[in-house]
Amino acid sequence: MTRREAAPAAGGASRQALTPWLFLAPGLVLFLVAIIYPILNAAQMSLYDWNVLSAASSKFIGFDNYVRAFHDPIFWTALANSGAYMVLTVPPQIILGLGLALLLKAKSPAQPVYRVLFYLPVVTSWVVVSLLFKYLFADQGLINWLMDPSMASPISWLSSRWAAMIAIAALGIWKGIGWSMMIFLAALQGIPAALEEAATMDGANRWQRFRVVSLPAIWPAMAFVLVMLVIGGFNVFISVLLMTGGGPAQATEVVLTYLYSVAFGDLDFGYGSAIAVLLTLVVFVLAMIQLRVYRTDEEVSE
Amino acid sequence: MSSSRTVRKGAAAVVRHAFLIVAAAVMVTPFLYMISTSFKSQAYVLTVPPQFIPNPATLDNYVQVWNTQNFGRYFANSLLVAVTSTFLSVLLSAMMAYAFARFEFRGKKLLFRVVLLGLMVPTMMLIIPQFILAKGFGMLDSYLGLIVFYVAGNLSLNTYLLRSFFVSIPNELDQAMQVDGAGPWTRFVRLILPLSTPALATTTIFTFLATWDEFAWAATIIRDTELRTLPIAIRLFQGANATQWGLVFAASLIAIIPVIAVFLIFQRYFVQGLTAGAIKG
Repeated sequence: MTRREAAPAAGGASRQALTPWLFLAPGLVLFLVAIIYPILNAAQMSLYDWNVLSAASSKFIGFDNYVRAFHDPIFWTALANSGAYMVLTVPPQIILGLGLALLLKAKSPAQPVYRVLFYLPVVTSWVVVSLLFKYLFADQGLINWLMDPSMASPISWLSSRWAAMIAIAALGIWKGIGWSMMIFLAALQGIPAALEEAATMDGANRWQRFRVVSLPAIWPAMAFVLVMLVIGGFNVFISVLLMTGGGPAQATEVVLTYLYSVAFGDLDFGYGSAIAVLLTLVVFVLAMIQLRVYRTDEEVSE
Repeated sequence: MSSSRTVRKGAAAVVRHAFLIVAAAVMVTPFLYMISTSFKSQAYVLTVPPQFIPNPATLDNYVQVWNTQNFGRYFANSLLVAVTSTFLSVLLSAMMAYAFARFEFRGKKLLFRVVLLGLMVPTMMLIIPQFILAKGFGMLDSYLGLIVFYVAGNLSLNTYLLRSFFVSIPNELDQAMQVDGAGPWTRFVRLILPLSTPALATTTIFTFLATWDEFAWAATIIRDTELRTLPIAIRLFQGANATQWGLVFAASLIAIIPVIAVFLIFQRYFVQGLTAGAIKG
């Protein structure tokens, strides 16, 4: 097939047609086996009452796993917690990230130092920072002491649902701000200085300049950050696993910790796969929204 | 007039720096507190009021982590797995990116979209089928099981980033080399790769970080204590009841020092890699 496609001009045409495939083959084969096949496999498994010991005797049950998720209160708690995590973490990361980027926009000798300090949490392992925040939010920990040095009635942050979600979200915000700041900073520095100057000449004040010049210019970056953070919100896993383990009584379970405990705790691979597929659908819908936002943006700018 | 404007500008700069200093303090304090705790003995890790400067300060945690907890082995495991995975993933991605950037072939668009699909699918979604797959290949409890799936998991992003960089290299350079009789492999090795150092550095750093820190997959397929990677080891230092926080943070600091060093040295590339996806779209 590739042979017929090749340009008939050169003598080594068939060899030339083969060349791109030689470059592609090793990576592509691995990708198809280790990523694409598992995607399809997960979709298939979600329709089975999966037998971990012998896959051959797994029973096809159609959409029963999905119906089960629909009626599973813990699944809904997990979904609500993932949603709450998103709502708690996304706006602060955008507002504070943008605020810091605006403060850092002017080039100064101190700028790289700030940049590095704000970005440090981003590059630090999730396991390390999760344990660190567990320590900070301990009953006798630093946070309680900062809130009330007398420690008369310290809050048990990690043993009630909403207090724990706040502690977990605090970690998410702290770890993520540097990332959104960096994206906004690059976008802001890409704005031609002439635009700002022209607006200043026209008598625009600081806020007007931000609203009329900066904000539209960084809009694509804003859309990108928003969608990445929203999707990232659904990927929250290690911090919950390590700070609360989804407890007490599964009250702080998020979708991924629940998926993990269903799969590797209960060994219910079929049900776990159904949860994975549902999560992927949510992420896909969000990704599609992202594509639409970009498309309208291009149309506007052209 | 002009002097009052200078004063106003000066005041604005002071306010600006005041905000930045407070923010920087908030970002850094948890790290400083972690460092401090790593030098405390267990009796002082959760005292009221909290100890900011360890007194008495002790190196016991570091000594114990290295000498009695097999930490050197875990460090070596992480290094072996991360370096191998990074090298292979960047190499295979660069080859794929080259094919997508420089050749026309049937199904190119479709295949590229399939590769990008990997960017959208949450890694954790695949953990069950990948576990079954790794089990089928006999890769549970092995370096190979870690490496194969780390390489595969980083292919999408690396191919995407490298392709956009390769496309920006002028085709005329390829043609000039072609006139001199250089085939596609020579052009790939002698022209494209050397000109792509910034992009290769970016993908290398990101992949190394991702594989050095990976937790969920390693925790799922590694049971053999000798094969533990750092994130798993650190997590296990945290006991069920009385966590040895000093030990946990001494181990954590040893584990993140390479990461921070890499970040400080190559931060220019970090910014490039971060913004490549966002700004240029």
